[in-house]
Amino acid sequence: MAMKVYGPAASTNVARVLVCLEEVGLDYELVPVDMTKGEHKSPAHVSRNPFGQVPAFQDGDLILSESRAISKYILRKGGGSHLLREGNLSEAAMVDVWLEVESGQFDSAMSPIVFQCFVVPMFMGGTTDMKVVEENLEKLKKSLEVYEARLSRFKYLAGDFVSLADISHFPMAHYLLVGPHASVIDAYPHVKAWIADIMSRPSVKKVTELMEAAIRMN
Amino acid sequence: MAPVKVFGPAMSAHAARILVCLEEVGAEYEVVNVDMQAKEHKSPEHLARNPFGQIPAFQDGDIVLFESRAIAKYVLRKYSKSAGVDLLREGDLKEAAMVDVWTEVEAHTYNPALSPVVYECLIYPAMRGVPTNQKVVEESLEKLKKVLDVYEARLSKHDYLAGDFLSFADLNHFPYTHYFMGTPHASLFDAYPHVKAWWERLAARPSVKKLSAGMPLKF
Repeated sequence: MAMKVYGPAASTNVARVLVCLEEVGLDYELVPVDMTKGEHKSPAHVSRNPFGQVPAFQDGDLILSESRAISKYILRKGGGSHLLREGNLSEAAMVDVWLEVESGQFDSAMSPIVFQCFVVPMFMGGTTDMKVVEENLEKLKKSLEVYEARLSRFKYLAGDFVSLADISHFPMAHYLLVGPHASVIDAYPHVKAWIADIMSRPSVKKVTELMEAAIRMN
Repeated sequence: MAPVKVFGPAMSAHAARILVCLEEVGAEYEVVNVDMQAKEHKSPEHLARNPFGQIPAFQDGDIVLFESRAIAKYVLRKYSKSAGVDLLREGDLKEAAMVDVWTEVEAHTYNPALSPVVYECLIYPAMRGVPTNQKVVEESLEKLKKVLDVYEARLSKHDYLAGDFLSFADLNHFPYTHYFMGTPHASLFDAYPHVKAWWERLAARPSVKKLSAGMPLKF
């Protein structure tokens, strides 16, 4: 039975899981969850993700939530452990460090920006709160200074090898690139080149297409 | 072998996340204080260890790390075999996944609901001399109740979050929950008997007792 991912492809957390499945080439089924109709709060979905969020994931009788946990499971099971480096203490630690940074710094600044620039006007019929966008762009820029310094020394975040830490950035990076504030990365040439490198991975291209198709349908 | 170093105040919840793992594996360590009031966390020396100017940071010989959860996992991977503990379960795909899930839940769901109560009731009044923002506290408590509903259901089925075994996921909850118990809202847990029992099991662990003694509830 193929693995199942429950959630909309346009969701950054769903896309994170999909790109890992594409990286290892495992069969999967993407099961839509219509969040505009509140399907993520339905008893069926909550039985898979008790906090009523997306994604949820199923592999046989194993049901998981939390995209970064699901991603690691998929990579470990599917022969993608080179993206985690768990056999090497210091390399695995660096992957973990920059995965935490992705979540705590990049995602936390990007998420309100994407919410204001995409979700509010497209799905909620509202207007972008520019104050929220500006505040978070400032936070993002401060983080990007650190990323620029890091990527000036190493090709990828955890070292000179690509890892889940890099790939985990792609969904929010995609929305940054297609949104109104893409030029913010122009001031960080190593970051810009690194993002372009990640976005050129076949797995990332494939999932980007799924994300775009999902948005066009709305 | 030189003791590993944790940079940050010992009473910091994020430092405690690492320290509890060091205690569980019985590793030798040294806590090097970072004077936040004097902005030492923004000094060039500290920025060389934690480029975001935050605490904690960590050093083991040539290896320098930041981000408490990444550091804690490094500690567990390095020392677990010799210590005879298995808190990450990386030898078992399903168990490791469950540890990861509940570690993420603590970070993204439990802590964001619970820690504002700690900051408003204990930390901000002591460190910034500002009164508690009751609105933030009330909103957080409402979120926390919904989170604890899920925890209660989970802990009714299993003794610990990842399954019937203590793991890194459970230990991650200790530092902020410890401080929460020092706020006027500690009794919230009374409505969730399995959660309360799980917390008391954690609090009774020698590692947690030892560190709690250095984390006074009066700031």
